[in-house]
Amino acid sequence: MFRRSVHKDKPARGFQPLDDQSSRFLARKPSRDELVNTDSGYILYLEDITVSFDGFKALNELTLYIETGELRCIIGPNGAGKTTMMDVITGKTRPDFGTAFYGQRLDLLRLTEPEIASLGIGRKFQKPTVFENHTVHDNLELAMEADKRVWATLARRLSGEERDRIAEVLDIIGLKEEVLALAGSLSHGQKQWLEIGMLLMQNPLVLLVDEPVAGMTKQESESTAELLTTLAGDHSVVVVEHDMEFVRSIARRVTVLHEGRVLAEGPFEEIQHDAKVIEVYLGE
Amino acid sequence: MLLGRLIKQDWGRSILLGTLGVMCVVVPVANLLVPEDSAFHVSTYTVTLLGKYLSYALLAMALDLAWGYCGILSLGHGAFFALGGYAMGMYLMRQIGTRGVYGHPELPDFMVFLNWQELPWYWFGFDAFWFAMLMVVLVPGLLALVFGWLAFRSRVTGVYLSIMTQALTYALLLAFYRNEMGFGGNNGLTDFKDILGASLQSDVTRVVLFVVSAIALALTYLFCRFVVTSKLGRVVTAVRDADDRTRFIGYRVENYKVWIFTVSAVLAGIAGALYVPQVGIINPSEFEPLKSIELVVWVALGGRGTLYGAALGAVIVNYAKTWMTGAFPEVWPFALGGLFILVTLSLPKGVVGLVRSLPYWLASRVLYMYHKWGSLIRAKFSH
Repeated sequence: MFRRSVHKDKPARGFQPLDDQSSRFLARKPSRDELVNTDSGYILYLEDITVSFDGFKALNELTLYIETGELRCIIGPNGAGKTTMMDVITGKTRPDFGTAFYGQRLDLLRLTEPEIASLGIGRKFQKPTVFENHTVHDNLELAMEADKRVWATLARRLSGEERDRIAEVLDIIGLKEEVLALAGSLSHGQKQWLEIGMLLMQNPLVLLVDEPVAGMTKQESESTAELLTTLAGDHSVVVVEHDMEFVRSIARRVTVLHEGRVLAEGPFEEIQHDAKVIEVYLGE
Repeated sequence: MLLGRLIKQDWGRSILLGTLGVMCVVVPVANLLVPEDSAFHVSTYTVTLLGKYLSYALLAMALDLAWGYCGILSLGHGAFFALGGYAMGMYLMRQIGTRGVYGHPELPDFMVFLNWQELPWYWFGFDAFWFAMLMVVLVPGLLALVFGWLAFRSRVTGVYLSIMTQALTYALLLAFYRNEMGFGGNNGLTDFKDILGASLQSDVTRVVLFVVSAIALALTYLFCRFVVTSKLGRVVTAVRDADDRTRFIGYRVENYKVWIFTVSAVLAGIAGALYVPQVGIINPSEFEPLKSIELVVWVALGGRGTLYGAALGAVIVNYAKTWMTGAFPEVWPFALGGLFILVTLSLPKGVVGLVRSLPYWLASRVLYMYHKWGSLIRAKFSH
């Protein structure tokens, strides 16, 4: 009931077939921006997504829309389905029911993980996952937007432009000194930053960021907040976080998940005083 | 600083290529030019033995590419080695011509013995050297491609994949034991006479085969090194360490695994083709699962993920095997098992890792001694 009232004005997604004849005859691979059609102002459409593991419903008819360029925070108690939702968007988990569209054309449920990643959905894991036996530089190089097919990768050399891009990202994530250090030797906070850097190298349209400030100092988490706020606008950013202070510092719009569905959605202040949300968080 | 750089520098590459280069010159000279009664003469038996070790080293390097760099623990790489060997053996069989026991111009002896009237279709073309060489590469390569595609696409990894590779080589073992397969049954292919018109019994041919093996090993090393230092190599090690992450930054992990597995199988096939003319026989025992496991021990002992470590491990274990199966044959299986346990427990990086860490260990001992005794001496003299 509540879910429906939240989405009274469901955004229209006029479906357009992906393989229109023109692009086939022109023998040109359509660019990413052509494929991801966001004319309606929305970039992610999740509708009635249900995922169950051995009878337990991790997601229960979840419906969620993300606007192009928005910064959305997703909060919720443990087991609310936040990470499962990201798994569905990135192709790791296939839902039992529901639809998931990326832009107006791309059906996420029919794409593989690498395809989704190449189309511009980048993901940062809850536990920082970097390539520990590679240097910071190589981690960024591997993540960089490029032709990622096998033979192309064999002969691949960095261009000057790409070196500049890596230097630029190193600057943003503050790991210039550690460029040749093995990623495994970094501190927890630095690994978080490196993973954010890898996300930037992919040049994604959507950033899914799972608990970005876990294990960071107050100062580090402040600069993370600043970075994410700058990224929003050009990119659509979805942040899952437990740290309420952090959420308060960046959030424009907050979605509360509970037991696999949306409990409430709105500006932070409104959510803060929502009776249901308070009950879920404090009542247990 | 200089000491630090000397320690850090990777000597394995120079040592491997240098040794192979020196052997290419010294061994032929010592065998063909030095008189037999001289102390510096190297017997043809030794040349062949060394050539066999080199083909094993190439096989070990092939496995290291898949296991050390991509984490694919194949326990059936002997199958690709044997298939390459069989392709070479078929060529050598066809070269026998009328010199077989039955003197049949077309059919190998074992087919005459089985009362076969004509050559099976899959033996056609093997009288041409180029065709046989093509098959040395294609047969193991295609098998690995199909097997890898099916396995990696279904995301079979770890122990399950290892068991499947064991099953693969065991299935081939059973198939090649059958006489009806047309590959000589349990006797395999043997009694070879000559290769490219040169007698396999002559010293010169033996030396040439040895030199070819050495060059093949050096080229394989350079090729593998090119692969692992390319961006593809970095992707492959990324797949080994965190395959999920690699997928989420846009790499099709299964394609990379299939590629590296296939390349590795092709190299193993080439190793088999070098092995067969030197040992003079190929039979189904090469498909035995135990042989493939032994191969894993070579790589683990030498040190995986270094390429030259694999080659070193192959030579060490096979030298020990040659010596021990002569001296105490019944002890060998236990020695091999013990070696594997020893390496797993105390030498996770193999001999190469041990040698690399020696300078650090020595330096730390020296510093420790200096502090311990230095303070004692100072204490003595200050009073």
